[in-house]
Amino acid sequence: MYIIESGNVAAATGVKLSRVQVIAAYPITPQTPLTEKLSEFVESEQLPAQYIPVESEHSAMAVCIAASTAGTRTFTATSANGLLYMNEQLHWAVGARLPIVTCVVNRGIGAPWTVWNDQQDSMAQRDVGWIQLYASDHQQIIDTVIKAFRLAQTVSIPVMVCYDGYLLSHTYMPFELPDQSEVDAFLPPFVPKHFLDPENPGNFNTVTLPDIRPGVDGTMRPGYFEIRHNLHQDLRAALDSYAEIDREFEQRFGRGGSPFVEQYRCDDARFVAVAVGSLSYQLRDVIDIMREEGIAIGVMGVHMYRPFPDQAIVAALAGKECVVVFEKALSYGNQGPLYSDIKSALYRMDDRPILHNYILGLGGREIRTQQLLDALAESCARPAAIEDTPRWIGLKLQEEHHG
Amino acid sequence: MAEKTTILNLTEEEFVHPGNRACTGCGLSIVYRIGLKALGKNTLLVVPPSCLTVMQGLYPVASTKLPCVNVTFASTAAAATGVRSAMKALGKDDINVVAWAGDGGTSDIGIQALSGACERGDNIIYICYDNEAYMNTGVQRSGTTPQGVLTTTTPIKGKLQMKKDVPAIIAAHGIPYVATASAAFPLDLYDKVKKAATIVGPKYIHVHTPCPPGWGFDTRYTIKVGRLAVETGLFDLYEIENGNLTLSAPSQRLVGKKRPPVSDYFAAQGRFKSLDADMVSRIQQQVDAKWAA
Repeated sequence: MYIIESGNVAAATGVKLSRVQVIAAYPITPQTPLTEKLSEFVESEQLPAQYIPVESEHSAMAVCIAASTAGTRTFTATSANGLLYMNEQLHWAVGARLPIVTCVVNRGIGAPWTVWNDQQDSMAQRDVGWIQLYASDHQQIIDTVIKAFRLAQTVSIPVMVCYDGYLLSHTYMPFELPDQSEVDAFLPPFVPKHFLDPENPGNFNTVTLPDIRPGVDGTMRPGYFEIRHNLHQDLRAALDSYAEIDREFEQRFGRGGSPFVEQYRCDDARFVAVAVGSLSYQLRDVIDIMREEGIAIGVMGVHMYRPFPDQAIVAALAGKECVVVFEKALSYGNQGPLYSDIKSALYRMDDRPILHNYILGLGGREIRTQQLLDALAESCARPAAIEDTPRWIGLKLQEEHHG
Repeated sequence: MAEKTTILNLTEEEFVHPGNRACTGCGLSIVYRIGLKALGKNTLLVVPPSCLTVMQGLYPVASTKLPCVNVTFASTAAAATGVRSAMKALGKDDINVVAWAGDGGTSDIGIQALSGACERGDNIIYICYDNEAYMNTGVQRSGTTPQGVLTTTTPIKGKLQMKKDVPAIIAAHGIPYVATASAAFPLDLYDKVKKAATIVGPKYIHVHTPCPPGWGFDTRYTIKVGRLAVETGLFDLYEIENGNLTLSAPSQRLVGKKRPPVSDYFAAQGRFKSLDADMVSRIQQQVDAKWAA
């Protein structure tokens, strides 16, 4: 069944279909309609879950951490400064290896205050150890939420499902509603190996020494160093897990097949534009125009950002002349985070493409198709040298800037 | 509570292993041992960073025989809410969910989450063991450090500000049960924890907890110092049940009696040595005024 709804409702519906047991959330624009919808689902008893209207995002994640440790499927959602306020808890959730799913409705970060879209909030969390998946339309939002719960409990690592504020959260699009019985078959209940249980008491997240240490039975237990190593290894292994889960999802629901990157007209392309989220779909229009002009260009949307699917990216960009990375985020003082990651992934290749980096849309600055067209046309015309200094699209500097 | 617990009918079951990492003479080790006896096996604990984190042991060894989740400093009460929500979702609601935090974790960094849980009416027991400074990090001032106390962050003049009255702040939320207790009156504490476990909604117990290294007294005087705080009228033991305040026996029996001077309490500890006579007499006047009311 197809419905026409907002991106936030697509996310809320995915959460409902996933039979989440404990939800905690604190309202922040543009995530708010998602939490409103979930409260409505719970109060109307369409979703038999506990909904905790917490007093902060830090506490939202605290509820999820504790409820997950106690053995329930948990969910929260936030944006921008709310995600940053959660930062300590994000680290805690992944260190504790809890399968929490969080929607990040992407928004720019203050100061100065902005409520509009960019992706600085989730990009700033790329190193915490969470899995990050980005949706490009409403169908991907609802599908990715369901897949995220399956992935999280498969690898015992929390997952962020990120989608653009307003551009996706508040716009209406048709999308297919997965059938509840199919979701139930795809997503089994969460049954943790260890949980808070008086019959089998355990002390979770105890102070852990730098080195390995014997338990009371004499067997050696990992130190902090080993525990962190294992997290990294399991994150790398999550690439294969997600590919497998995506395959299974595609067999059951008929959608999927691009777990890591989504390529559009890339097969014979000399040039490839790269972006994350809705921008990658906006770029498809630009690619179509350029194709009509005879330019061999395609676009690649990055769906999974952490763990970084470096092999899939190398495979997708092998043999290309120039790769142009458009980003609504910046590693301040350096370059776009995705650009850096792609550059490092391509380093192993003998015949590396030339790379260009554009920063655009920060704080919701409008991204016009003509601007994308101009930027790509310019990059295609000068694919001679790598440009590590990002160019800014649509910048309107006035006299008062003394930087 | 109809019957008071005595040393004769106190349960012999222990939930804390001996040989844990508590300091000699630690007030918390008394409070924790007695509190867990009162709670019993059917209990889930939530603990933020504090002396208790250390006392519980280093992975893979633990000194508590009850399930416990360690959480971030600011999140204790919210995490307890999370555990309770999970129990509700799993249909296992007949269980104690207990947050156990220090005074810094309660009165300072954790008060927002605690206030949130109280306002929402979440069914948790929150126990604050108040040793009146950040002891785990080496005796820095906290919101509940009394006026005049020397800490490593009030090293010369002592703390200039008053002790934050956390039980009164929590009581202002209108929760069904608020109580104060002391490590020096363990059976009174036991009965209060027992009572809290029978009440639905947020329960808050604030336990005065002497700390030999932090307060500067010999390890054998933990009980003596704790008793002096109550008997001089500085720290009062009471319960507020559905808004009704009653003094508990150790404080009730001081009514109309001559109390020992507060200077006895101050003289028993090194942390008050920067108090001058003026300050001592001002504090005595405050205590006298409180008891006259």
